[in-house]
Amino acid sequence: MAIIKIHYFASVRERLNKAEEQLMLPEGVSSIEDLIEHLQFINPSFKSVMDSSKKILVAVNQTVIVDLDYKLSQDDEVAFFPPMTGG
Amino acid sequence: MSQLYELPSKPFESIMISIQKEDFDVGKEYKLLKIKAGDAGAIVIFTGLVREIYNLDNQNVEPVKSLYLEHYPGMTEKSLQAIIGKANDKWTLLGTRIIHRIGELKPSDQIVFLGTSSAHRQNAFDAAQFIMDHLKSEAPFWKKQSSKLNSEWVESRVSDTDAMDSWRAR
Repeated sequence: MAIIKIHYFASVRERLNKAEEQLMLPEGVSSIEDLIEHLQFINPSFKSVMDSSKKILVAVNQTVIVDLDYKLSQDDEVAFFPPMTGG
Repeated sequence: MSQLYELPSKPFESIMISIQKEDFDVGKEYKLLKIKAGDAGAIVIFTGLVREIYNLDNQNVEPVKSLYLEHYPGMTEKSLQAIIGKANDKWTLLGTRIIHRIGELKPSDQIVFLGTSSAHRQNAFDAAQFIMDHLKSEAPFWKKQSSKLNSEWVESRVSDTDAMDSWRAR
């Protein structure tokens, strides 16, 4: 069973009151889409972040992904954050 | 806190990226780029500053007292390298220097430094514009601004993504 690391940044981090966590993927959770569904199920704050009208980006191994079918593997680093506002 | 990444690159192309809390000296950075860039015909430098009135569209005109900058260590450096790589594919650059500050900043503080050098000025200008436009929407930095009344995360601007799209169309 794969263990992954999840990071949360900026407004997402504040709303979850959590910067990072390790997660053992339960049976049936294999893609990013599954992961989002799972996190929404176990964490109401995460659900409210995803339900809000604000856009949330997902990165896997430090690259933003658009394909939510991405299959997770052991030691993957996933991150959730709002659109960037640097510069 | 300050880390200088010197990356393996094409011959004569020097890429220097720093993410730091400390302020920077534009003159010193210009000189560094001038030394590293070899036979450059042009160096373009850009400095971004913290504004006191950040968003004029906003009804809340309470002046900004401080700005807090957060980033994603690791991904930040990786995404800046990728942006510079794309710029270098379009315009042959001899040297690129990026400094982005993080942590607590105040109005009029310097926040970002970009220097590009090339054989000719047009390439250096275009590459600098391209890198800044992409940095704004691809490099994982987030700003939180505080006024006397409240503290809020800055929302990404439509004009920033429009700037990105205009590059795609070229």
